[in-house]
This record gives sequence, structure tokens and C-alpha cells, in this order.
Amino acid sequence: MRIRALIKRICQQMLRDKRTLALMFVAPLLILTLMYFLFNGNNVDPKLGVVGIDESLVRILKKADIKVEKLDQAESSTVVERDLDGLLQQDNGKMELTLQNDDPTKAKGLQAKVNQAVASLAQANLIQKNPALAGMTAPQMDIDYVYGDKDTVFFDVLSPILVGFFVFFFVFIISGIGLLRERTTGTLERLMSTPIRRAEIIIAYLTGYGIFAVIQTIIVVLYAINVLDIVLVGSIFHVILINLLLALVALSLGILLSSFAASEFQMMQFIPIAVIPQVFFAGIFPLEGMAEWLQAFAKVMPMYYAGDALKGVMYRGAGLSEISGDLLALGIFAVIFITLNIFALKKYRTL
Amino acid sequence: MNPTIKVEQVNKSFSKKAVLEDVSLTIEKGQLYGLIGPSGAGKTTLVKMIVGMEKADSGTIQVLDKKMPNLAILQEIGYMAQSDALYAELTGEENLKFFASLYKLNKKDQKNRIAYAASLVNLTDDLKKRVSAYSGGMKRRLSLAIALIQDPKILILDEPTVGIDPALKISIWNELMRLKTEEDKTIIVTTHVMDEAERCDYVAMVRDGRIITSGSPAALKEQYQVTHFDEVFLKAGVKHHENPGAH
Repeated sequence: MRIRALIKRICQQMLRDKRTLALMFVAPLLILTLMYFLFNGNNVDPKLGVVGIDESLVRILKKADIKVEKLDQAESSTVVERDLDGLLQQDNGKMELTLQNDDPTKAKGLQAKVNQAVASLAQANLIQKNPALAGMTAPQMDIDYVYGDKDTVFFDVLSPILVGFFVFFFVFIISGIGLLRERTTGTLERLMSTPIRRAEIIIAYLTGYGIFAVIQTIIVVLYAINVLDIVLVGSIFHVILINLLLALVALSLGILLSSFAASEFQMMQFIPIAVIPQVFFAGIFPLEGMAEWLQAFAKVMPMYYAGDALKGVMYRGAGLSEISGDLLALGIFAVIFITLNIFALKKYRTL
Repeated sequence: MNPTIKVEQVNKSFSKKAVLEDVSLTIEKGQLYGLIGPSGAGKTTLVKMIVGMEKADSGTIQVLDKKMPNLAILQEIGYMAQSDALYAELTGEENLKFFASLYKLNKKDQKNRIAYAASLVNLTDDLKKRVSAYSGGMKRRLSLAIALIQDPKILILDEPTVGIDPALKISIWNELMRLKTEEDKTIIVTTHVMDEAERCDYVAMVRDGRIITSGSPAALKEQYQVTHFDEVFLKAGVKHHENPGAH
């Protein structure tokens, strides 16, 4: 009864606050869409200047999606002047590649392409001289993919994590500030002068904001899958289940941390401490490469488990049994935070 | 019969600073009890302890024969905090409804109590407005209405008339008197306004966390041989400071 009254009040407050609603329901879609276009942008072909390069090599380079610009002569300053990504010069049989290297990824890509072109030209020349070698040189290679296919891009791996992160972030902020406002306006103290139990307040807060978290999760997941066409190999229900558990963790963590904040501004200060590090351990960067202590650190991050489970279901098509460990970990986080919350309210009343 | 509220040798300090020192008082049923003293004297801490929102470092507090804090007793206490703890996004009516539903009240009683409490503080016409559009006085009145919502046996009002215009102040005090005499409610009021203190049945003067003197306004005036009630406070305060054992 009291819990229902509290839930009703939280819903009334949320529905009156159109901006917060928009933040919760529209902002994640906006950012997700933006990320989608950012990561799915077409790669620009690199521009390579050539001096004294054999026509047959130029042809191979062009085939490898390189914009070739023939120059009569050039020096390293030409690269910058003509905004070339690289400059390939041949002098007395010796080849020299100058890379602009303002973007290391691009430079490395170009280097690899040029290397490949030079190698395949050398191979072609060799076969021409000695046709018997033709069968012995590199045979055609078929590539199979365990997960995804040849069109898989980084965004497909990133998007499951992003979906989880947005759910985590927005639920954290809104629930945390919700209870914080209750503290700063004195209504929490006022509540404590009524026969309500501490656990009832926590349950009501979890449920009240939980309702909005559920709606947000469903909107974000459906949007990502149906509109942005993000890869979903596994079951959408598993995706929603993971996100709901994650939202519960975010809810209880937000409410808990709000008891250590004296103002909305201080609540915001928890973002770089409690939220941003979660992104680093969510699976965007491979955990295996991290220092051991850093790996141990990752294990206490809820997003680590959520990211792992979401990537598993959405990208690799993992089933419930494969993600049960992650779900259990998230459940434990939620239970710990909820218990701590009930203790944190002791500051107001011991009962 | 046991007193409605019994506070015995209560001590409380916040970060080593003593806020209440050895406070004892008893409040009988149907009494209008005034706690008067300057701000920072410890009045609010004392009433919060009676409600059970603060824990005493030592000493006991009994309300209706039950040791506080006690959840069941909270049903019988209407508390009005010093600051208006209201939900600004909600209307006055929604605020009343919300607090009403935290207490054991059936639908019909709830409706009647909301109508009664709202009319008592002259807010009936403004119930549909959001609290964010209320003036300071209206918020104060709504807070008072909320304290009355569950028809409690005990009313604890922390500075109830601050920011309320004189006409309404008189009507609120008249209503407090009526609640006391007709409905036999026990009422605690904290105030620093002396003319309000004089309307109480019994006053306790609080200064620096101690009750420096207490008694009925008439008895106190006689004891300190003064004509104006204000002077009691001054004289009692002086006496308190002259006493070397006090500090």
C-alpha cells in the first residue's frame, strides 16, 4: 500500500518532468544513431603520389583502391603541400615510400597496401619468367568467419556494449538525482516521520524508476535492432533481460551514491568516477591485453559482465546458459547495492 | 495515567558538539506544549527525537507508553517540519493524497480528511495547483494540512507559523486550541515568537541544548516577577549564564 503510493508519486513526478523523460527516452537513441553513422562512414581512399613508378605497378595500386597521382618529381615536402597520404618513389630500382603519418591507422593501411601491390607485382613478374611456378605460388584462400561475416565492422561489436552503457548511464543519473532531490528538499526526512519502512522506500524507488528503466531498455533495444539494424544473432528477450538486470544495478548504485552527494552537482561528479571507467572495461578494449591488476579491477565493474553478456548474445548468439555467469554477477551487484541502500537510510531513522 | 510524551535525561551531540544536554520533560495528554528558544538552541533536534528521526546518545523517550523510535506510534504523530518538505511537481491535492496513503486510512476517510485539512488551512481552492506555483505561506499551510492528515493523537509542529500572514496565524492558533480542547489532542509547538508561547499551556525554554526553565506562562511570569512574558526568557537566560555549573 505504502509502496504503491510511493511508486505512484514517482511516476507522477516523472511524467510531469518532460525534459527528464526526453533525456531518458530520446537521448540514448540520438547518441546511438550518431555513433552508428560515425562508425559506418565510408573509408576515404588514400592518396598516393608516385614518381618514376612502373605503369604495371600503378595499375595494381589503383586496383587496390588507392588514388594514384603521378608526379614528375617530388620531395618530402610535396606530401604535405599536395595533401598526399604517401609518396612512392623509384630510383635505380630502389623504392622509397614516404608516409604523411598524420593518422597512423591510415598510414599503416596504405603501407600494407603498397607492400602487397609491390609483392604481387614481383610475383607476377616471376610467373611470367617461369610459368612452371604458377601453381606453386600462393593459392586462393577462402575465408570463413566463426562470428559475423566479411561485412562485420567495429560498430557491430561495439553496439551491444553501447546499448548496455546507455541503459546504465541514464538510469544511474535519473534515479540518483531522484532520491537526491528527495534528500535536499527534506521530503525524505518528512517521509521518515511517517510509518514507512526503509526497505519500503528502497523497493518503491527501485520499482518506480524501474518502470521507466524497463520502457527505456525496450525502446533502446528495439530501436537499435530494427531501425539501426544492429546485428542480433541471439534472442532479443535475452538482450532485454541483461539490460533489465543492468538497469537494476544502475538504479541501486545511483540511489546509493546519491546518499554521498550533497547536491546535483556532486552527483554529477560521480560520473567520471563511477560511470566512465565502466566503459573501459565493458569489452571495447580487450581485457586479455590489460595488466593483471587492471583485469582484477574490471571484475568489480558491473558493465564488464553486462558487456560480456550483451556481446555474447547479440554478436555471437550465445544462449542463456552461456551468459548465466554474467547474469549471476549482475544479480549479486544488485543485491549488494540494495542492501547497502537500506543501511544508508539508517542515517535518517534506525527503523 | 502515564504522560503522553516522556523524555528522560536525553543527551545528543553531533560531531562532539553537544546539542542537547540532560533534557527531561513530560507532556500530558491534551496539553499544548511550547518549546521556545532562539534558533540553534536544539528545539528541532528535540522534536525530531520525539518523532524518532534522531537517536538519542543516552536517555529514553517514550510516546504513548512506547519507547521511540517505533513505527506503529508514527501513525499517531503528525509532524510538520521546519522546512516545507513538499513535492513541487505535484499539486497540493496530490501531496495530501500521497501522505494520506502512507497512513492507514480507508478511501472514504482519506477523502474526508483531505477536504477537512485543506479547508482548515484555506487551501481548498488551490488544491489543483502545482506546489511550485504556491507562495511561501501557502506551502507552510499545506505542510500543516499534511501534519493533520491522518488525524493523529499527537501533533508536533516545528515553527508552524513562520511566513504565514497574521490573519491566518490567528485562525491556525484558534484551530490548534480547538483541536486541543475538543479533540483532546496533544500538541507540541516550537517557536521563537513570545506571544505564541504565551498561548501554550506549558512552556519549556530551551537554550544551548538545555531546558533553562519551564512552567505555565502565568507561573513563569510570577516566578520571575515580570509583567511581560518576553522578560521571563531574558531573566531565565541571565540566571542560566550566571550559574557556573551550567557550562
